[in-house]
Amino acid sequence: MNDTKPSMLWPVAIRWRAPRTVVAVTIIALLAVLPMIASALESSYYVSFSTRILIYALASIGLNFILGFGGMVSLGHAMYVLLGAYAVAIPSSHGVTSGFIHVALAVGVCVPLAAGLGAVALRTSGIAFIMITLAFAQMLYFGAVSLKDYGGDDGLTIPARSTLGGLDLATNTTLYYVAFVTVLVALYLSWRAVLSPFGLVLRASRSNPRRATALGHPIFRYQLAAYVASAVVCAIAGVLLANLTLFASPAYGAWTLSGELIVIVILGGLGTVFGPVVGAIILLALEETLPTLVEATLPDYKSNWMLLLGLFIFFVALLLKRGVFGSLPASARSERAEP
Amino acid sequence: MTLQLALSQLLNGLQLGVLLFLLAAGLTLVFGIMSFVNLAHGSLYMLGAYFGAAAFAKTDSFLLAIIAAVVGAGLVGLLLDRFALTKLYARDHLDQVLATFGLILFFNELIRIIWGPASVFISAPKLLDGTIDIGGFTYPSYRLAIIAAGLAVALGLYLLIQKTRVGMLIRAGATHANMVAALGVNIKWLNTLVFALGAALAGLAGVMAGPIVSVQPGMGEPVLILTLVVIIIGGLGSIRGAFFAALLVGVVDTLGRAFMPTIMRSLLERSTADAAGPALASMLIYLFMAVVLAVKPQGLFPANVAAAR
Repeated sequence: MNDTKPSMLWPVAIRWRAPRTVVAVTIIALLAVLPMIASALESSYYVSFSTRILIYALASIGLNFILGFGGMVSLGHAMYVLLGAYAVAIPSSHGVTSGFIHVALAVGVCVPLAAGLGAVALRTSGIAFIMITLAFAQMLYFGAVSLKDYGGDDGLTIPARSTLGGLDLATNTTLYYVAFVTVLVALYLSWRAVLSPFGLVLRASRSNPRRATALGHPIFRYQLAAYVASAVVCAIAGVLLANLTLFASPAYGAWTLSGELIVIVILGGLGTVFGPVVGAIILLALEETLPTLVEATLPDYKSNWMLLLGLFIFFVALLLKRGVFGSLPASARSERAEP
Repeated sequence: MTLQLALSQLLNGLQLGVLLFLLAAGLTLVFGIMSFVNLAHGSLYMLGAYFGAAAFAKTDSFLLAIIAAVVGAGLVGLLLDRFALTKLYARDHLDQVLATFGLILFFNELIRIIWGPASVFISAPKLLDGTIDIGGFTYPSYRLAIIAAGLAVALGLYLLIQKTRVGMLIRAGATHANMVAALGVNIKWLNTLVFALGAALAGLAGVMAGPIVSVQPGMGEPVLILTLVVIIIGGLGSIRGAFFAALLVGVVDTLGRAFMPTIMRSLLERSTADAAGPALASMLIYLFMAVVLAVKPQGLFPANVAAAR
């Protein structure tokens, strides 16, 4: 197949034979047919597990937008996942089950909140930015703990999944496809945004903020807009997560989850559009298989599999500079052979 | 009565503050010199508490427990620096955060494998078991001893950094690492020394906190986050800033926890206030930090650190 020419939908030529494209297209195709395979194997568990992967991938796509392309290391993005989850749980407990209201509430609260917090956080940079985002996330975490009418520390069980017009989210397969389509939309939007003039300034603010400013770009506005956009993506991931688990608790905003999202982004490949999906698949598959693996080899230590996960994360940070997906060539071999 | 309560809560705040300072001093020094963010610092605190508890269970001597904690945590710090972290010093903060996040999971599980998931016990020394009478109100003497010990360590650290040759090299390394290396000082050795010193202080904080908190896996994380707040408020790399910020955070957090529920109760229904009060009190220091950073992004006492620029 030849390279696709740019069009309205594709602003740049897509290199169909490049390893990255092949891997990305294969994974998307597999994800598209996964529920059918699962139903053929009669293992419905894998549908909800894969939905979980997609939701983590979605949140990581959001984080990657500012982390990978904007160079903003937020150690607090789980707070927006928490926000999205409570935007489902609290109205549901009052009998409001419309998914449109849940999403509208999540986005409606998330945008002003992220704009305000982002404006304060972006006054700092580097390590102070990491810490201030962590501090904000802790604030929201304790805020959720203080909501005693909505479960407090224990969290809140959601009676039923959101209703979304004609769609019946109560079946796992439908929820899976809603998450799948949301991930595709997020991938496409972040791909377009990165290639747009907006994305160019954002990437410039990462590689050399001083020069970008000197060229006349008010980078603060670009960074803030990117921060808000990434927060909204995470909030929508939170709405989906609450629907999947039928539960919302302060633990969704724990700083360890923010850490996991960073792990996913790095594991997949910092600054690649599709990397978060690959990272989410690897990390969640690992968290799923490690306990059984440890139980099979060292039954006495089956509850201590996190030890291996910790070592794995350590070595990812130490050795895997470009991530799994990021290590794949972005162009086909025939193109690289030419001078 | 209320005055006495306020006074004893103030002392509790100071006591938390000096413990935070012991942790923050090491963390901020390591950041100042190596530009290294060590999230696993809380794990060294936890290891200190466990080493101390193990020595205490064997010998029943609190002094030996302290020695075991300080030496043990210092040694772990030394080994970590030599064999695991050296490669990370030159990398960006993102890799450092990630790698040390992995180490936290590793150490928590290691402790769980060795000592089990339940909390272990360590008691205050006999000599400091009772209470002490200060002008009409009583206060646990062990907590007072923590304050005294913490202040003594702070003074010792000040003298070490300001008055000795090693301290001079540490200060020089924080601002002009390359120049110090060019003058023939082994900067790697200096890094290791600072890292081990910070680890030993974290271990000391761990064993001293042992009798008043529960010693269990994961005990390092809440303290770590408070410590990060302290070094950010104080200004990264600044020991002086860490000292004042630690006392400030300790007092604000403790007073908030003590009086927030009472204040809330006057505004809200009792049951709601009892639940919301402690949680809102926990938010207080993060709010405090956000305000400080919004006004002074470099912290209250910005150090002249190359890495912070």
